[in-house]
Amino acid sequence: MSGIHDQLLAAIEQEQGALLATQMSGDKPGAKLLLLDDGTSQGKLAPAALDQQVRADGQSMLNSGEATSRSYEVDGATVDVYLESHLPPRRMVIVGAVHTAIHLVAFAREFGCHTTVVDAREMFATRERFPHADELLIGWPDEIMPDLNLGPQTDIVMLAHDPKFEDPAMEVALKSRAGYIGAMGSKNTSAARDERLKARGFTDEQISRIHGPVGLNLGGKTPPEIAISIMAEIVAVRRGKDPRASSSPLQPAKSDQ
Amino acid sequence: MRDILQDIREWQSAGEEIALATVVKASGSAPRQAGAKLAVTRSGKMVGSVSGGCVEGAVFEKAMSVLDSGSPEVVHYGISDELAWDVGLSCGGQIDVFVEPFEDR
Repeated sequence: MSGIHDQLLAAIEQEQGALLATQMSGDKPGAKLLLLDDGTSQGKLAPAALDQQVRADGQSMLNSGEATSRSYEVDGATVDVYLESHLPPRRMVIVGAVHTAIHLVAFAREFGCHTTVVDAREMFATRERFPHADELLIGWPDEIMPDLNLGPQTDIVMLAHDPKFEDPAMEVALKSRAGYIGAMGSKNTSAARDERLKARGFTDEQISRIHGPVGLNLGGKTPPEIAISIMAEIVAVRRGKDPRASSSPLQPAKSDQ
Repeated sequence: MRDILQDIREWQSAGEEIALATVVKASGSAPRQAGAKLAVTRSGKMVGSVSGGCVEGAVFEKAMSVLDSGSPEVVHYGISDELAWDVGLSCGGQIDVFVEPFEDR
């Protein structure tokens, strides 16, 4: 494969934002224009007046993640163009190579997430246990995480259940722009962690980014059940149905305990 | 898009003729939103979806005619469509699907 789709695929794989415009009517149905977030482009629509309008429109849509059809007036005629923005792939960073993490990696992969598992304990973070993780990193999470790209497309899930690993890692998470932060633990464990973070100078607003106890209230007990409740909560949060919102019909895990 | 392009890449290296269908507009309770894609080969391979399964067969037929003609087309599917009995969306939504021969321009 060569040409515009090849370049789109390369952009997606290199986590570069991209917008693909396809002309659906007018002079050249099927013509394509690819805009990349580094300012480069490939292909063109016809006529040039249409190409110019779509370029201007496309720039503003580049990082929207949206797909839509729009009509443009060109030389007195209407031309339909389909525009789709491709965001960098979703990423999940899991702190703690525990049993639940194995299942969470499996679910996250079904959603097309790039998965990274971090743990300082070599005994847990093995390829035998995590054959499908895209990255398996051994070391202290708070030392490793600043090197990861923790942007709005990233979900961070803390499963280590040990303040020694998790508190420093949580500080990195709260300073990042990650789109979702969840942490395993009972209500008491979560409240105790929040207090420690407050003592370290984090505000209530910052701490409120943490979903803990993590997951939706499915009543699950086994590692795969817990993993799917975490994945379900991430879907809900990403789709604007945060289970903690009073208007949400969903409930956070352990909310009835 | 990434998964589909990866499959398409494999099909291309195997010399397949490929058409791509994309939901470019969706309204009502359409099962898949704008951006949903289905790629098919003349030999009958498929990846992705444009609905919950109700119009895929009709889209496949359209894809074959688009491969024959070489010209992309926009096709509308919906419960109000006169073809509703054949290829209507049972859920009541409406979708516009852009069907094109897959080629690199």
